[in-house]
Amino acid sequence: MIEFNFVTVLEQWPMLLRGLGLTVLLTAFSAVFGSLLGTACAWARLHGGPMLKRVVGGYVELVRNTPFIIQLFFIFFGLPSLGLRLSVEMASVLAMVLNLGAYACEIVRAGLQATPKGQLEAAMSLALTPWQTFSRVVLPPALARIWPALVSQIIIVMLGSAVCGQISAEELSQAANLISSRTFRSFESYIIVTGIYLLLAIALRQLLYWVGPRFIFSSR
Amino acid sequence: MVQFSLWDIFTFLLGAVRWTVALSLIAFIGGGLVGMGLLLLRFTKLRGVDTAVAWYVQIFQGTPLLMQLFLVYFGLALLGMDTSPLVAAAICLTLYASAYLTEIWRGCVNAIPKGQWEASTSLALSYAQQMRYVILPQALRVGIAPTVGFLVQIIKGTALASVIGFVELTKAGQMISNATYQPFLAYTFVGLLYFALCYPLSWWSQRLENRRLA
Repeated sequence: MIEFNFVTVLEQWPMLLRGLGLTVLLTAFSAVFGSLLGTACAWARLHGGPMLKRVVGGYVELVRNTPFIIQLFFIFFGLPSLGLRLSVEMASVLAMVLNLGAYACEIVRAGLQATPKGQLEAAMSLALTPWQTFSRVVLPPALARIWPALVSQIIIVMLGSAVCGQISAEELSQAANLISSRTFRSFESYIIVTGIYLLLAIALRQLLYWVGPRFIFSSR
Repeated sequence: MVQFSLWDIFTFLLGAVRWTVALSLIAFIGGGLVGMGLLLLRFTKLRGVDTAVAWYVQIFQGTPLLMQLFLVYFGLALLGMDTSPLVAAAICLTLYASAYLTEIWRGCVNAIPKGQWEASTSLALSYAQQMRYVILPQALRVGIAPTVGFLVQIIKGTALASVIGFVELTKAGQMISNATYQPFLAYTFVGLLYFALCYPLSWWSQRLENRRLA
């Protein structure tokens, strides 16, 4: 008969809470900066010079065709030999931002491309500058169109942050590792933490669906 | 002190690629079979079954693959089974792939116009016949591009099997990095090898998608 002992694990709640805090923090940072990077890259891929287009395209393909864990290891273990030594948290954020940026680029680009031509002509006839056209006419409806895809990608990056425990960032999955080695209750630790991730994913989706139409683009 | 030439490092990593490929194939084939079964369950009108499948998908899509791996690894041990990292990784990735594939394919089936269902119902085809002769052949054409695209996700997912000690490409990279004190070199090689595996599939998937839309 298998016996479960969830109480022993739950007694370590301060550790779980601290892990949850770092996971949320990492996700918040990378969601904001990753989306900004993605939008900038999408703009570059559509309107940049040929050189810029090629560089951004290379970055996007490189990130999308390699595992996140390798990107993280490359930044944390590999970059110091080029003289760039980052803290665990900085390396985690950088890896997550670069990762989300590449995926967000393609998502936002699809949204931008779907802008009806008449809207651009209307903006031009109103004598808007290219920047005004982009920020007022093209971007908001594009974001509204691609919001569900972007939210899913942010959630994927949040779940991917579990890997940052492998360079001993003390986020949620690392809390599970520590509790498991402290209490010898591996299965229970991972069950509880996996449950927290699931709730976090559901809550994050709800939150972003609420925030998006109200504060980031207005949908009428 | 043993010295490793670049050639030594490269051939060692190349040897580990076959385990990445093997694990990916197991996950893809196993996941495809389980996913197809789940898909057929999803479209039967059995009460509660489609909800159960929806939750199965939600659980695999809403939790980190790394945690799923740990759970299978320690869960099998708890059941008294002698777990090897390969078995645990193969089971976990199969389940993971099945959840995503069933959801991808559900989207493809839903893309089939409703009239096709109604027409085949009016021809008195049974559910199995509808699926076999009308819906699946059409859904298959829609489904090829995203399925090839998901193969890339599987290959990248196998990298996490290194964490439970399975020696595939990522783990081999870690070993090389520790043995040579050249992490930059090791992870650059590993990254390029993953790219060489994944990029052709991404490219192919994109091409299939463009051709379908054209």
